[in-house]
Amino acid sequence: MVIKQLSVFLENSPGRLKAATKVLAEAKINMRALTLADTADFGVLRMIVDKPEEAVSVLKKNHFAVKMTEVLAVEMDDTPGGLNTVLEILEGHDVNIEYMYAFMGSKPRKALVIFRVDQLEKAIDCLSKEDIRLISTEKEAEELIHFCWE
Amino acid sequence: MYWNQQKECMSRDELENLQRKRLQKTVEMAFHNVPHYRRVFQAAGVDPFEIENFSDLQKLPFCRKQDLRDNYPYDMFAVAMQDVVRIHSSSGTTGKPTVVGYTRKDINTWSELMARSLMSAGVQRQDVIQNAYGYGLFTGGLGVHYGAEKIGASIIPISGGNTDRQVMIMKDYGSTIITCTPSYALYLAESIEESGINPADLKLKAGIFGAEPWSENMRKEIEQRLNLKAIDIYGLSEIIGPGVAVECQEQDGLHVMEDHFIMEIIDPETGKVLPEGERGELVFTSLTKEALPIIRYRTGDITRIFSGACACGRTLRRIGRIEGRSDDMLIIRGVNVFPSQVEHVLLQMGEVEPHYQLVVERHGQLDMLEVQVEISETTLFDEVRSLEELAYRIRHNIESVLGVSVKIKLVEPKTIPRSEGKAKRVIDRRKL
Repeated sequence: MVIKQLSVFLENSPGRLKAATKVLAEAKINMRALTLADTADFGVLRMIVDKPEEAVSVLKKNHFAVKMTEVLAVEMDDTPGGLNTVLEILEGHDVNIEYMYAFMGSKPRKALVIFRVDQLEKAIDCLSKEDIRLISTEKEAEELIHFCWE
Repeated sequence: MYWNQQKECMSRDELENLQRKRLQKTVEMAFHNVPHYRRVFQAAGVDPFEIENFSDLQKLPFCRKQDLRDNYPYDMFAVAMQDVVRIHSSSGTTGKPTVVGYTRKDINTWSELMARSLMSAGVQRQDVIQNAYGYGLFTGGLGVHYGAEKIGASIIPISGGNTDRQVMIMKDYGSTIITCTPSYALYLAESIEESGINPADLKLKAGIFGAEPWSENMRKEIEQRLNLKAIDIYGLSEIIGPGVAVECQEQDGLHVMEDHFIMEIIDPETGKVLPEGERGELVFTSLTKEALPIIRYRTGDITRIFSGACACGRTLRRIGRIEGRSDDMLIIRGVNVFPSQVEHVLLQMGEVEPHYQLVVERHGQLDMLEVQVEISETTLFDEVRSLEELAYRIRHNIESVLGVSVKIKLVEPKTIPRSEGKAKRVIDRRKL
């Protein structure tokens, strides 16, 4: 039901983001989706990668503060109102979204959006009941992550 | 202008005889009335009756801030509480504050020293003193107050803060003397300029500034912007409060009130007394205090003794400006800050690594303390909100211990420089 996401704590100063991407590049880890949250002093880089465990281990080895969290990947129609439908369901069930971002290299006419919510189980439950497609198995997740436009 | 010419200008022989007599009495009194001194003298194998000369003083163990804390609150007092008329305490709050007490005679002594200090700065009976040092547990406010009343000057006990009112009173009441911290003096200068008042139209002629480190550059700036003569004053509550040493009109070193205190300059590493003129840690022994006799108190302040006579005629020897600290204590807006206090808070919280660094900067006239804290493996940081909440909690906890506002900066693991396994705790970027 969920996808593994990495969060890396970065100081808000020149070169820090690059330092993290360099570690991943050298370990041949492919980034599939990412978002960067920033404040005056620090930022949090959140990303979905092809080999999360390996990524955590190389980042830690290079003294990055890194965390693995579970997020929801939701497939929706890539048409006007696609995201709105999903948000309405979550709102109707009082699920709060901490943050969200879109996924690269999804299927044609479909969009994939990553959600970090306060009540993961409840969100899965209410979205499934409304026939919203969630990335629900490890295999599906893996396929998605490895899917690329050739 | 002297308050007490006889004492301030006595011959060195006469002064040293007086010091010797008073030293013997103080050491005996401390031995008899303060269990702490009895214990440490006995442990050092010193017979208090053998302390006759200045060189004998070196046989006595040092007293440190920690000794005062260990004897919190009143165990260092040498008199019964019925003879104590005043209690002050330090701003620093590493664990417990240090508590100091005064008998009626101690208050008189302190008032005398402050009267000398104010006159040394040029204060006369007809002056109007705007006392912007804080009144309360801090010794600054009441110290100046009693000295001013002794002289018979008019004192305005306005205390610190409320800058607009300070400026209004300065103008309307015709203050001729301002007393505050040097950084606040600059802040006042800024407010005066902003309010469109020409400092030359004010009646200020002198300012007596202390309670934090400053420099010749700051002096020039204060003198020019406030159109007054800026005088440096030194003191600490453990010794008596402000008035331990003060500059005269020559503005070339601070005369130490040697008839009431013996000063030594020691090597902070070895504890050895250094020859006159060498830089080291300032150590004081009180000679006349009753409630809290203090023997070889290590101030932590680094300076040197000036040799040679002063053109003002005082024979009391001078020390240079305080150049720094022998420990890593910081003075932020008049408050003592020890890195160990921050460490204690972080360890107690357990949410971050106790790796931290204090960065002090001066923004405009205000000292800003930034606490950089390394986040750790266990820090929850996926959500920015949780990080901001963490920074808020750290700030709240540190501020409630330090008593000064701080800015918290969360930094990446292993980014605070370590030297020999121990992090460098303090970066002081204030350009004084």
